[in-house]
Amino acid sequence: MKLTGAEILCESLTRLGVREIFGYPGGAILPVYDALGKSKLHHVLVRHEQGATHMADGYARASGGVGVAMATSGPGATNMVTGIATAMLDSSPVVCITGQVSSKVLGSDAFQEIDITGITMPITKHNVVVTRAEDIARTVREAFLIANSGRPGPVLIDITKDAQQATAEFNWEASAPQLPPKRQRNNLDQAEFDRAVEMLNTAKRPIILAGHGIMVSGAMRAFEQFVRAGNYPVAMTLLGIGCFPANDPMNLGMMGMHGEAWVNNAIQEADLLIAVGMRFDDRVTGDLRTYAKSARKIHIEIDRAEINKNVQVDVALIGDAREVLEKLTPHIAPCDRGAWIRHIAELQGDSAVRDIQSLPDNGHLYAAHVINDLWKETRGEAIVVTDVGQHQMWEAQYYHHNLPRTLITSGGLGTMGFALPAAIGAKFAKPDSEVWVVVGDGGFQMTMSELATIVQEKINIKIAIINNGFLGMVRQWQEFFYDKRYVATPLVAPDFAALANAFGIRGERITKRAEVLPTIRSARESAETVLIDFRVEQEDSVYPMVAAGASLHDMIRRPNNPLVETATEP
Amino acid sequence: MQTLVAYVENKPGVLNRVSSLARRLAINIDSLTVGPTENEEIARMTIVAHTDEKGAHRLEASLEKLVDVLLAENISSRALLERDLALIKVSADQQNRPHLMELIKVFRARVVDVAPESLIIEVSGTVDKIDGLLEVLRPFGVLEMARSGRISMTRGGDLLRPPVSASPSSELESAGSSVK
Repeated sequence: MKLTGAEILCESLTRLGVREIFGYPGGAILPVYDALGKSKLHHVLVRHEQGATHMADGYARASGGVGVAMATSGPGATNMVTGIATAMLDSSPVVCITGQVSSKVLGSDAFQEIDITGITMPITKHNVVVTRAEDIARTVREAFLIANSGRPGPVLIDITKDAQQATAEFNWEASAPQLPPKRQRNNLDQAEFDRAVEMLNTAKRPIILAGHGIMVSGAMRAFEQFVRAGNYPVAMTLLGIGCFPANDPMNLGMMGMHGEAWVNNAIQEADLLIAVGMRFDDRVTGDLRTYAKSARKIHIEIDRAEINKNVQVDVALIGDAREVLEKLTPHIAPCDRGAWIRHIAELQGDSAVRDIQSLPDNGHLYAAHVINDLWKETRGEAIVVTDVGQHQMWEAQYYHHNLPRTLITSGGLGTMGFALPAAIGAKFAKPDSEVWVVVGDGGFQMTMSELATIVQEKINIKIAIINNGFLGMVRQWQEFFYDKRYVATPLVAPDFAALANAFGIRGERITKRAEVLPTIRSARESAETVLIDFRVEQEDSVYPMVAAGASLHDMIRRPNNPLVETATEP
Repeated sequence: MQTLVAYVENKPGVLNRVSSLARRLAINIDSLTVGPTENEEIARMTIVAHTDEKGAHRLEASLEKLVDVLLAENISSRALLERDLALIKVSADQQNRPHLMELIKVFRARVVDVAPESLIIEVSGTVDKIDGLLEVLRPFGVLEMARSGRISMTRGGDLLRPPVSASPSSELESAGSSVK
């Protein structure tokens, strides 16, 4: 069957199970758009190509499948860069397809020509330029394979306009991936495995550090069986949240810079760290010189390059988390961890009493109230997509996720503007799930143009803006480390509710604690998107906090009088 | 100094990916040589990197993550044969020419071009040997020099061959759009 390159692309995407493409048209990708119109693929028109990549990323994270973003050459492609880097740092399988000027003029600085494969080389798992129609099907199949195998990541395919227009024989069977042969390493060394088992069975104060890799490998069941077998307490990374139910008694909560104090202290006192699908990021370890000094360390990780990168480990079990855990569990001897678990409970101490939830209502609204009410009202089962900053940390602390792939957030790159478009992608992946955006007033203003995409696509998501009139996390650092010199952090915003109305979206503004629950309820009852502008305390901070470079146990705790009252209109 | 050998796809852009990776890891490359292998689709690289064992491990593991890299291996701690080739143009007049020829003989180098005012000397061997020759040639006046960079091979039965093309990929492809 003879097809044009553009038709081959659409046919290949369809055969790979793609339903939605998030993109923005332009000259060098027009042949593909013409073919798209004749295909069964649904194209979601974004308002900025960064949004397209975040949507594809949100789609991938919510579903576990590959998200697809599309853009034209030049500025269309460069606008994707932030979204591609976001996907790279969080190992998200995204395939980006960009148009490119015709192969005859490549390298001539033609109109809207840019070397996007050169630009994205360090932020993609792989990228490739296609100049011939007959290479498109195989390249697309290879891209999907690369994006979602091993440690996932983004792949970019740059297709010249003449390759889109030329015709070629389309033969799916003959277009199977032909990736270069790879050396097969015998990763799971038996001696290492035996040493790991010995450590797992003799540790007195073990703790699991559970990361994103558990979700990526679909190891939730295997992980739970492993936890039960050894009675291991579980601490989670930000991206690990959801891999193990928050309401499980063995789940301690999040570790790291804004992790729970008792979790960080337990890690510092542990005699064995069992790291699963996590990479000892600096936000998790604090000062490496003082990190978990008395603990031996086992690292279960699919990416060999992560072993001993930040933390020197005693045993590395390289492989897919599910496979490794399934092999380990039968060797774990039952063990009573009563003393260690009681000790961790003691570390927890009076934290609950000091928590902002337990303090008297002074009429002011705190972000923690909003998140906590949202959690209660949705029973911890909504998909929550957050942006980056204070609200992101409060979400991680106060929204207790029981289900995998329900917290979608930019962890590694920390990309502001991620939440709104990523939530749109997540909604397409899980149309029957309730999707909430939790976003700050700063990050929301970065990509709020995607409100128009929501309206055009008639999708139903709920948007909670945690509005404190500041770039809150930066303000917090200025408060703690720059003597309260608030340079460039006070932030003017439009009336978000009125803005929503201008887009044809219902908007609400909330300033009092008592209004939170009823408004969340009413938003949930609506079949359409609702935006709620929560005007929260302006100078509240996220506690506890491990300052950058400080030891993990050296936390800045919430002051004795934690109720900051700085709102202009309580 | 760490020595790595890599087998890579012999196609445009691969050298860029490899060198860009070293740059990203802030590892300075002391020498990088690429040449074809008996299989024309595969090239062999010898990378001499200014880093420690830990850095070499990261470089090796990160290189193997590149789709176009078939194999990367740190061979620094193994029994190695190491060769560098140099062409050295040195000024030579009637008077010092005999003395030069003697030195060249000692270093088992050879003269490959003779001109009235200069000679080109070809020498191969370890880096130390070439550096040694260079040292003694310097007083005569080294006019120009080209060095190939190092190539290395493990000795004896310690073979480092490119993996053969039994593609491990087919069973994974369905992962493309499956929902886990």
